[in-house]
Amino acid sequence: MDEQFSFRVNGRDETVGCEPQTPLLWVLRDLLGLTGTRFGCGAGSCGACTVLVDRSPVHSCDTPIWSVAGHAVTTIEGLSADGPHAVQRALVDHQAGQCGYCLSGIAVRSAALVDRAREESRTLDEAEVRDGLDGHLCRCGAHNRIVAAVLAAVEAPP
Amino acid sequence: MIAGTSPSLAASPTVDWWLDFTEVGIVRAATGKSELGQGISTALAQVVADALGVAVARVRMQPPSTQGSPDEGFTAGSLSIQHSGTALDAAARTARAAFERAACESLGVGEVTVVDGSCISAGGAVTYWQLAASVDLSVAVDPGAPQPLPAGIVGSTVGRRDLQGKVMGGPSYIHDLRLPEMAYGRVLRPPYRGATLAAFDDAALSGDPSVMASVIDGSFVGVIARTEIDARRALELARVAATWTGTPVSLANDDVVDFLTAAQADVTSVASSAEATPAGDVQELRARYTRPFLAHASIGPSTAAAMWVEDSLRVWSHTQGVYPLRNDIARALGLPRENVVVEHVEGAGCYGHNGADDVAYDAALLARAVPGVPVHVTWSREDELGWSPFGPAMVVDIAARHRPDGTIVSWSWNGYSNGHSGRPATLVTPSLLAYADQGLGSPIPPSGDPPPAAGHGTARNAVPIYSVGSISATAHTLSEMPVRASALRSLGAHLNVFAIESHIDDLARRCGADPLAYRLRHLEDPRARAVLERVADMSDWTHRPAGDSSGRGLGFARYKGTGAWCAVVVDIEAQERIRLKRMWIAVDVGRAVNPDGVVNQIEGGAVQAASWTLLEQVRLADGRVISDTWEEYPILRFSDVPPIEVAVLDRTHQPWLGAGEASMGPTAAAIGNALADATGIRARRLPLTPQAIVAALEEDPDSTY
Ligand code: FES
Ligand code: FES
Repeated sequence: MDEQFSFRVNGRDETVGCEPQTPLLWVLRDLLGLTGTRFGCGAGSCGACTVLVDRSPVHSCDTPIWSVAGHAVTTIEGLSADGPHAVQRALVDHQAGQCGYCLSGIAVRSAALVDRAREESRTLDEAEVRDGLDGHLCRCGAHNRIVAAVLAAVEAPP
Repeated sequence: MIAGTSPSLAASPTVDWWLDFTEVGIVRAATGKSELGQGISTALAQVVADALGVAVARVRMQPPSTQGSPDEGFTAGSLSIQHSGTALDAAARTARAAFERAACESLGVGEVTVVDGSCISAGGAVTYWQLAASVDLSVAVDPGAPQPLPAGIVGSTVGRRDLQGKVMGGPSYIHDLRLPEMAYGRVLRPPYRGATLAAFDDAALSGDPSVMASVIDGSFVGVIARTEIDARRALELARVAATWTGTPVSLANDDVVDFLTAAQADVTSVASSAEATPAGDVQELRARYTRPFLAHASIGPSTAAAMWVEDSLRVWSHTQGVYPLRNDIARALGLPRENVVVEHVEGAGCYGHNGADDVAYDAALLARAVPGVPVHVTWSREDELGWSPFGPAMVVDIAARHRPDGTIVSWSWNGYSNGHSGRPATLVTPSLLAYADQGLGSPIPPSGDPPPAAGHGTARNAVPIYSVGSISATAHTLSEMPVRASALRSLGAHLNVFAIESHIDDLARRCGADPLAYRLRHLEDPRARAVLERVADMSDWTHRPAGDSSGRGLGFARYKGTGAWCAVVVDIEAQERIRLKRMWIAVDVGRAVNPDGVVNQIEGGAVQAASWTLLEQVRLADGRVISDTWEEYPILRFSDVPPIEVAVLDRTHQPWLGAGEASMGPTAAAIGNALADATGIRARRLPLTPQAIVAALEEDPDSTY
């Protein structure tokens, strides 16, 4: 049975009608037209669908819509209020990708890492970035460029 | 530029196939080669810009479509830059010469200089676009058209233009394609290979108002609904509604080697030279190397859309070949080719013949039930890992004879594999997955191997580049195919190079030679020697990593014997498993159109090859692919990837060569050789998992040396 769920997405209030178990991923892509969040596995195993819920990264493919009611969701489209986030700029500067399919989830997770480090006024080391991204799969082999980009983003002006 | 001819010009011989100047200030350039995430559209734009003398930002590459694009077959074999690049270069030079002539005439001068599309002389200036109306571009492309002075765009690093949108989350992939009135389909694949549909009880589906249609065609089962959410639910209803019967295909992993060597096969001699019996003291080294079936394992599942209007069909697909796919779909549906249009839309990374063509046909079958409605179909992760064609499992036997000083006097290679290409429109009947399910009487025929001129399949890189005395090489291409196999990046070269380079290392050790020196001793080709010497330099070859469990390995090949030269050095640590510590790669791709793009492809290829070599194995049981999740089919992760340094040799005056597949074989070989260096264990069965390494030691104590 469909029910109504209200939550914030990228700073806007949204209300959708669907079954409570519907994964957030499909609500975003299908009902809200936010296709920047990618479908990779539907099982929490690849990271392609990563979004922030109240600033913490989650797999939107295994997050049921009922669990985000009343919460704030940030997707790749809303990662930064004004233009690209430092992580997004750095990924382009480093040409960190081939097909780029993995990058949306990686950018969201990395932005959370970088923002947290900045708030704590510290930098990130390479091992932290690799560990942080270990749940994200990239089949094109862009790993090292992505890591270099994230490390550069911590240093970049916000 | 490098003058040359491209086979693509045969089907599309005139300039107007390739270039269009209708929109002022813009050059529309056509190609039959698909953007697969490899950056080809950026490299081709550079080629056009350089030859025409315009800024690269003016060049818009048109995605391939059977409505108007040149027919360039498949985007495969690392040939896009050789085929499409060479054709576009010649077309652009022909156009430029025509514009320059017209400009001279209109300005009344004998000579003009081109600056960003303007032909300039003391008497004034006129642009390509002002001249376009009066210059006839329906003239033959002339590969001998004058070579302008290079503008420096080719050979310089130009950023990928598609990356920004992807990183910002814009609609970038076929997954994001949205058309008016679009509906969403899902296909229910059989529960095991060999199953046919016994019954389908659609009562459950007909009770769901969001289900627009269900399609049952033989054993093909699919559903269509208004939204993806509804389609997902409808699929689960269909799963319950379907009853299956049949005998599972009996192939299991453990049997693969026996199956490959015992199955019916087409036997072809790839190379043979008269065997002069070497006199004197000669020893032999004989060994068998294997790899399992491998999955493409793209991060984004295969996706397509299709729409019927009366008896015409339009398909949106991330296929590697819009024309072959169109031809196979038309053949499968019994339609004239001109009734089917296939347009390329980018998908996630593609490394060969994956599920892209299959899902396009799924979409065509589903959309037929709802005329006028575009139907969008995405596979599940399980279908992607379980039903896409696999890279073929292979067995390679090598026997090399040598003198006590290590000089190789004879070499024999036997390769056993399913054919490496079952691409659309290359087999006797359609090779689209659902076509076999429709029960029209023909299962998908066994894949074949590309011909020698296209670089072989099973026998790709079977013949060593080294001086090996007399040679015999025989390919056994299977004529039965219980598990569908087709092209995966580098085809047979992955295992063949692994096998040759393992063998060479063992021969070197037998005679106490350094593996690098031993290779150089058997190698005349100066460009081969140059990449080896370069990688030795980069890695400080003789300065091996210290530590008991540390090892260093070298791998080298010239891809296909005609493509790029690539040498790889890997440092590893082998404790409970192999950990990659560092990698150095030297590559010669001739003239590098976009050096950073080459580095990206070579490095990405090395990471993927390392993943295949260390971890990957399609696992089969009871006719099912049980490795159909990321847990069951792990690939290399961020924390597994070592620092990688890539050097692109400066070869500005040599013809350009593809870069996408050159590092696969050498990387696999370097890892195997590093393992032998670290532990003394020669493991010959891929993947090199801890179990495989222990098994290598137990099975064959002589595997050490
Ligand atoms: S799609 Fe959510 S983790 Fe893979
Ligand atoms: S860039 Fe293709 S999957 Fe990461």
